[in-house]
Amino acid sequence: MKPFKEIVVVSGKGGTGKTTLTAALAAAIPNKVIADTDVDAANLHLLLQPENSIPTEFRGMDIAEINPAQCTACGLCRDSCAFHAVEEHQNSFQVDPTACEGCTLCSLVCPAQAIAMKPRIVGHWIASDTSFGRMIHARLKPGGENSGHLVTMVRLQAKHQALEHQCGTIIIDGPPGIGCPVNAALTGTDIAILVTEPTQSGISDLRRLLKLIDHFDIPVGIIINRFDVHLENSRCIEAFCKETGAPVLGKIPHSYQIIEAISEARIPINLCQELDNTVSAIKDMIAAL
Amino acid sequence: MIIVVASGKGGTGKTLLSTSLALSESNSLYADLDVEEPNGKIFIAPKIEQDQAFSVPIPAIDTDHCAFCGQCAEACVFNAIAIIPSVKSATVYGDLCHACGVCSHVCPVTSAIHITRKEIGRVRSGRRNDTIFIEGRLNVGIPSAVPLIAHVASEASRHSDTVILDSSPGTSCNMVESIRTSDYIILITEPTPFGLHDLELAVQVVKDMGKPCGIVINKSRQQDLIIEDFCQENSLPILLKIPYSLDIQRAYAGGIPLITARPEMKSILRNMLDKIKENR
Repeated sequence: MKPFKEIVVVSGKGGTGKTTLTAALAAAIPNKVIADTDVDAANLHLLLQPENSIPTEFRGMDIAEINPAQCTACGLCRDSCAFHAVEEHQNSFQVDPTACEGCTLCSLVCPAQAIAMKPRIVGHWIASDTSFGRMIHARLKPGGENSGHLVTMVRLQAKHQALEHQCGTIIIDGPPGIGCPVNAALTGTDIAILVTEPTQSGISDLRRLLKLIDHFDIPVGIIINRFDVHLENSRCIEAFCKETGAPVLGKIPHSYQIIEAISEARIPINLCQELDNTVSAIKDMIAAL
Repeated sequence: MIIVVASGKGGTGKTLLSTSLALSESNSLYADLDVEEPNGKIFIAPKIEQDQAFSVPIPAIDTDHCAFCGQCAEACVFNAIAIIPSVKSATVYGDLCHACGVCSHVCPVTSAIHITRKEIGRVRSGRRNDTIFIEGRLNVGIPSAVPLIAHVASEASRHSDTVILDSSPGTSCNMVESIRTSDYIILITEPTPFGLHDLELAVQVVKDMGKPCGIVINKSRQQDLIIEDFCQENSLPILLKIPYSLDIQRAYAGGIPLITARPEMKSILRNMLDKIKENR
């Protein structure tokens, strides 16, 4: 048994309010570590304002580098590359860093040994203090790959912090979508909180995300954000949740006060009763684990 | 011309804008490259004419011919192969495999490794009046979207008239693949600290790829200094502002395109496209 509980906040669809809710949870749950695994577009730090930040470089897959002095311009590298990452350049060839996946095939096929694999830093993870506890977040270099691996690193570092500071909970702000970063954020967690919105797009994305979470066998709680923007869709979500047995833990109305608070990078606590109630409901779910 | 609508932050209005851009311009093609969570179909509402599986090449190891030397496993940088000689086991983990071909290259035995196809998603295409629609939809549980995004973008780029690509969100490999074939990038954002932060990242990707771009501010409240200042400092044109409006949000919630809820937007969007094409 882990000495801490891991709660992840995901959504499928972007822009539903994951980060806003995660910040509210961070303010309400005692003795916790906070992790932002949306490494593509990390926003939680804008609300939690971390200090004493210590960045550590994160190395991704190596990148192939062609030495033009040794290159005979035979083109075998370009022909072999499954990712179309080799292009002609002057009298030789060069590797496109946005396409190279570091598989090493070009370096193996090159008859002139003109290609070497070089280490590549794709971002960094950052350990900080916040008023609400220790925080780990990350910055993937724009255009970078290996976001799944960086997510895993953020989670690992959050666990180290939780052990070091004897924290009982890790709150994880998750990435959007259903791909490898989300898989890395979900795996091994104890509760998944799904923030959705009453839109046709949101409903479609919720279904797909729930299907993914099914693979992981993690208890879920659904939050319907801005539920009053479309009451019919909201009722539709509630009916669907009843069918699938996923509890709706909270329904938060559209709130200009919340919008204003976020615009001013303030955490929206004690502004909206329903948001505060939702946070309590999540705390209860954690306590019941 | 191929125009992609992208953003760093999710939920800023890529699909809202891209579907209405395509519906405003005759004989255009709309392609949904947000293959993890595709939603364009809700707004375009096309009649689907084709629905095909999309697969990627994955190596399979024939244990009758395999020498269990383990060279493939050692050479695989993605840790997608496990060889256990003592029990004559050779497994390729399809979810980790990037189909690079290294294992086949290093294998000392002929006919031990052959290529099979693994379905990772589906491609659907159809029409709504004179708008062509293509969508990529990743199968739930498949971790990597990039090959499907690349395929749908490639199919879309064969269209001879205006192509509007609806990008995957974020600023990493999915977004890079979404914008790779485009001639022009529209970055849509919202006037908040989150919107600005992620816009800065998205602009960096666009600049690194050497592509021209313009900015659309969604949920605008007239004074959007947080974004306007950034655009001015970086010489980025603001192409359009879509107002913050609960009516627009409700229409979007119900799957109604922007130009149906706000018919006056049709000519505004067409003018925006004309300007983009003129300045090419």
